Amino acid sequence: MEENVRGFLKERFDEAVIGEDNFRGEQTFQIKPESLIDICQALLEEVELDVRYLSDITVVDWLGHERERDGRFEVVYNLYSLSSRHRFFLSIRLESDRPTLRSLTDLWPSANWLEREAYDLFGIEFTGHPDLTKILTPEDLEGHPLRKDFPLTWEQPTFGWNKDAPPEVIR
Amino acid sequence: MAETRTVTLNMGPQHPSTHGVLRVVLELDGERVVSAKPVVGYLHTGIEKTMESMLYYKALPCTDRMDYLSPMSNNLGYCLAVEKLMDIEVPEKVKWARVCLAELTRIKSHLVWLGTHSIDLGAMSMLLYTFRERESIIDVYEACGGQRMMTSYIRIGGLAHELPPDFESKVRRAVTEVSEHLGDYEALLTKNQIFINRTKGVAVISAEDAIAWSLSGPMLRGSGVKHDLRKSNPYSGYENFDFDIALGRNGDAYDRYLLRLEEIRQSIRIIRQTLDGMPEGPYRAHVPGVVLPPKEDILYKMESMIFHFKIITEGFKAPVGSVYQAIEAPKGELGFYITGDGTNKPRRVRVRPPSFVNLAALPCLVEGSLFADVVCAIGTIDIVLGEVDR
Repeated sequence: MEENVRGFLKERFDEAVIGEDNFRGEQTFQIKPESLIDICQALLEEVELDVRYLSDITVVDWLGHERERDGRFEVVYNLYSLSSRHRFFLSIRLESDRPTLRSLTDLWPSANWLEREAYDLFGIEFTGHPDLTKILTPEDLEGHPLRKDFPLTWEQPTFGWNKDAPPEVIR
Repeated sequence: MAETRTVTLNMGPQHPSTHGVLRVVLELDGERVVSAKPVVGYLHTGIEKTMESMLYYKALPCTDRMDYLSPMSNNLGYCLAVEKLMDIEVPEKVKWARVCLAELTRIKSHLVWLGTHSIDLGAMSMLLYTFRERESIIDVYEACGGQRMMTSYIRIGGLAHELPPDFESKVRRAVTEVSEHLGDYEALLTKNQIFINRTKGVAVISAEDAIAWSLSGPMLRGSGVKHDLRKSNPYSGYENFDFDIALGRNGDAYDRYLLRLEEIRQSIRIIRQTLDGMPEGPYRAHVPGVVLPPKEDILYKMESMIFHFKIITEGFKAPVGSVYQAIEAPKGELGFYITGDGTNKPRRVRVRPPSFVNLAALPCLVEGSLFADVVCAIGTIDIVLGEVDR
């Protein structure tokens, strides 16, 4: 199955696939952000691969790490094929200022909440999302808490106390 | 002609049938639900951020506190992910003990679900019975890790301690009690006309929708999709055990009830197999510098003491890269996506929470149905808000 996915992407989207990584047996393809929708659409329509299950969407913030040079945010789409029991990942790098991606809600309804979570906690904006609002954090919290420059102990709204002055990411 | 309009009704976050702090904003046309919008986040504690600020070892207790009804499953998922990241192979005995504990956890979680779901539907006495059996499983937890709920017993590279001497007898007693009383539950509910009326044909979801909404666990199998990570992508030695995947047919709340009862039976089967064939061996892998040495060695061996000190104070450095390990938790696919960045703390710990993803499909389950069925739909998803919000 690993071969099939690789072959399919190479044949149809040779331009869009930047690289492949098989760390600890996890098949991850680095793809260009603009081709995300086309690749997912094609994967959904390809009956033989049977990639119908979007397991998860997550983000990694590489701020301050040497891998930041490829782009600060790494958005990872976790796809699974129910019939061939194969899991693989699509990884997209986004730059720090206004990270934006196309929403997958038209393809998978489950992307709705997963994208809202990525928006809430990392500030990735998904264009075409029907209801891109905060989902986990309180309404009046400014900033995106899972970013690495968001302080661990900053409490807002303040229930207890904050020792320091508000950090730069919260204006 | 009189003007008609829909009514917006707020349900929760302090409503007993929402199993915690779930809020649902309902738009009603008489008794019919026009639209439903779940609102979550009231229990958000930033567990992922907390875990990212800790050493790999010290992040473990955070996992107990997500799905607090199945702590051992969460421990297992996290430990397997870190072991994958660090490329550690654990001894056979550890694998078998972990399977045994994870299946006990499944029974425990399903028992709480059964009790609370029935109470939502008006069968008050069920909760008392299921909690009686749950107690004997918690006794096993207490004997293993010393804790009744937040066990943290499964550790990176093995277990926290050796299994207690009376482990086998305690587990056997617990599963015997559960299997004896399963018949009582069935007698109370399976042919109970009120229960059938409240659950049959309620909260229906088709197989295609279930896949499109990325449902997992009993929610997916209840619609007849044969997908169980224990079989499809075996972890921790599940390929050694003989069990069947329970399947539903109609994708309604009643099917999911029967399915979860069947899962309890299959779990009992697995647990008996683990007890019969439990291999001998150490309770922790021997990987100096990464896995804590056994306590006995620390007292007598210089190297063990040094490694213990080093691991506790500065931890171990993980390679740069990401791994994902999914397990079949009682509620569905529980995944840990862990990114190492060459330091002793994880760059990213992402929890793929089954409750969160399953709950997103609530509108799909209830729109067009009666208002009273919303309670049944929330119950049948089997959510734990600690995991939804993290």
